[in-house]
Amino acid sequence: MSEELFKKMAQSIIDGDSDVAVELANEAIAAGIDPLVAITDGFVIGVNQVGDAFACGDAFLPELVMAGEAMKAAVTTLEPEMARRGSERQILGKVVLGTVEGDIHEIGKSLVGTMLGASGFQVYDLGVDVSAEKLIGKAVEVGANIIAMSALLTTTMVKQKEVIELLEQEGLHNTIKVMVGGAPVTREWVGKIKADGYSEDAIGAVAVAKSIVGAA
Amino acid sequence: MQPKIELLSQEMIGRIMDEAFQLMMEPGIKVQSAEARRLLAEAGAQVDESAEVAKIPEAVARKALETVPHSFQLFDRFGNPKVTYGGDAVHFDPGSSGVHILDPETLEHKTSFTPDLARVVKVTEMLPEYDAQSTAIVCNEVPKAVGDFFRLYVVLLHSTKPIVTGAFNIKTLDTMIEMLAIFAGGRKELASKPQAVFDVCPSPPLIWSGFGSENLIALARAGVPAEMVSMPLAGAAAPVTLLGSVVQHTAECLSGITIHQLAQPGAPIVWGGAPAIFDMRRGTTPMGAIETAMIDASYAQVGKSLGLPTHAYLGATDAKVVDAQAGMESGMSALVGALAGINMISGAGMIDFLACQSPEKLVIDAEAIGMVKRLLEGMKVQTDTLATALFAGINFKGDFLKQKITRQLFSKEQHLPSAVIDRDSIRGWQEAGSLDTFGRAKERTRQLLAAYKRPELDPTQEKALHEMVTSLSRAAGMDSIPAME
Repeated sequence: MSEELFKKMAQSIIDGDSDVAVELANEAIAAGIDPLVAITDGFVIGVNQVGDAFACGDAFLPELVMAGEAMKAAVTTLEPEMARRGSERQILGKVVLGTVEGDIHEIGKSLVGTMLGASGFQVYDLGVDVSAEKLIGKAVEVGANIIAMSALLTTTMVKQKEVIELLEQEGLHNTIKVMVGGAPVTREWVGKIKADGYSEDAIGAVAVAKSIVGAA
Repeated sequence: MQPKIELLSQEMIGRIMDEAFQLMMEPGIKVQSAEARRLLAEAGAQVDESAEVAKIPEAVARKALETVPHSFQLFDRFGNPKVTYGGDAVHFDPGSSGVHILDPETLEHKTSFTPDLARVVKVTEMLPEYDAQSTAIVCNEVPKAVGDFFRLYVVLLHSTKPIVTGAFNIKTLDTMIEMLAIFAGGRKELASKPQAVFDVCPSPPLIWSGFGSENLIALARAGVPAEMVSMPLAGAAAPVTLLGSVVQHTAECLSGITIHQLAQPGAPIVWGGAPAIFDMRRGTTPMGAIETAMIDASYAQVGKSLGLPTHAYLGATDAKVVDAQAGMESGMSALVGALAGINMISGAGMIDFLACQSPEKLVIDAEAIGMVKRLLEGMKVQTDTLATALFAGINFKGDFLKQKITRQLFSKEQHLPSAVIDRDSIRGWQEAGSLDTFGRAKERTRQLLAAYKRPELDPTQEKALHEMVTSLSRAAGMDSIPAME
């Protein structure tokens, strides 16, 4: 019986249909299904499928984003039940995310946030034009494993370097790893500023984040 | 609203028609078939038998224009309509009768054989951008006497799409009609649901050869669609001016329609062509020249003013490899043809003045055709308000990717190209092997051929076809059917 429900859950994510995903999440709660099982055996299957299709060029950004949104809606619906059961979704890690100071480009950054969230990371998206102090402050506050930052302009890309320098000064770079992204970012740049990972796209970012937290 | 270009004013179309009618009287049309001359004479043309010239009065041609159909359809093997000849419908098919195939590895122009034709047909079958097949290349290992129907045989075995083809002589034309009739269920059924159109060529300037005329008459009587391929060569076998060449095209096609309709009023025929300018430096016939496309768009406009189905040879290139010139000429000329609303545009896949076919270029041309077809769809109204409702909840954020409507409509608004079109980042492109267009097309061609499956044909029909081709080939001195792979 749950088999059928799990299939529908995966399909709701593939269809990017938040309403149906929420409905199915409530159905699972009513049926007494462990929310964690609903996530792993149901919704996550859909996320993975869309992610794989996207990586092959068979799915497109709107489908990817809507899948992420549907996933978010499903998890949010299941959270109270998880709290009631005293269980918690095992998160892969905590990521503080933002576009660097002076830069207001957020489409790529938000995509990374959506995909990391859908893949099991706890994401704190601080938005755009975020200072080094704010990124690090939040990371310390929530005990983040990763700071992920985006820059679309060559002129603002240097801010990524400043964040890492500040982390080093404060002796935090051992515990808080750094992922960078954005159109002008190159492998050379990543090496030069001693970042811990970078990716071309949102799907790749998930793999990089997983390898940083040792979950790959 | 389908976007359009028109190169001629109404007044200019009138002048072209007027001068074409004058040419049909003076010097007249050379008609090298006694039967065609007889038909014309009976209808009121003045015929000089010794000179084989018919002076065709406007009234005689006008009468033919009254009976000629304004549209017809081509059907696939299962009897579904797939191609509309008429109105502003636009379709593409591969260029035909190449004698070479481009070797994708060595870039040599090699003599083409049966497996090369099979490969072109398979790739065409896999690409939805092509609404029809063509008998795209000559199989050089096959005796000339069977060359035309053997090509049709290869296409019939590997495809179910409608076919643009042509016969090399009047006896094999009948064979080819018989072959098609096997699948249609008889000659009458073939005429009511034709699966192929046959190219018929006048000889510039103003000549209908014996074979050309007889071809017109036989096709008309069989009720199988004919497609006139008039080829004024501006500056050599036609006046140097583009308008002068359009007048010649008009006269050749009007006289062709007259012969055709006299043989069988109401038989379907297409106002088509493969004109070119004459390159004054090299003495060649550039299919990729913009003036060539201008002649095509203009004669198509003349044909449309008469309510006729249209065809042209565009989307090809004169380059010898699939390079920037190939992309530029093929894409630009396909675009001009489509904007002119030409019903069937032949030429894709061809390089070197229509002498050489390339499956890899077919794959690239399909991308241009995909883009062109998107342009023809024009600006679409998909939503109740154009934008205002879509701004609900946006609050100055670039969050349109998160809207349901984006997911619903993106693939209707955007033509989604295959991996042949590179839209990757520089690093993504490098990681994928830093391939150029041709390199990506080679990869896609390999994939398409690997995924291709031969259509399931009715075993009785296939057997009948095979027996017919085998016995005719034997009679022509070919002991066995060449390998297809």
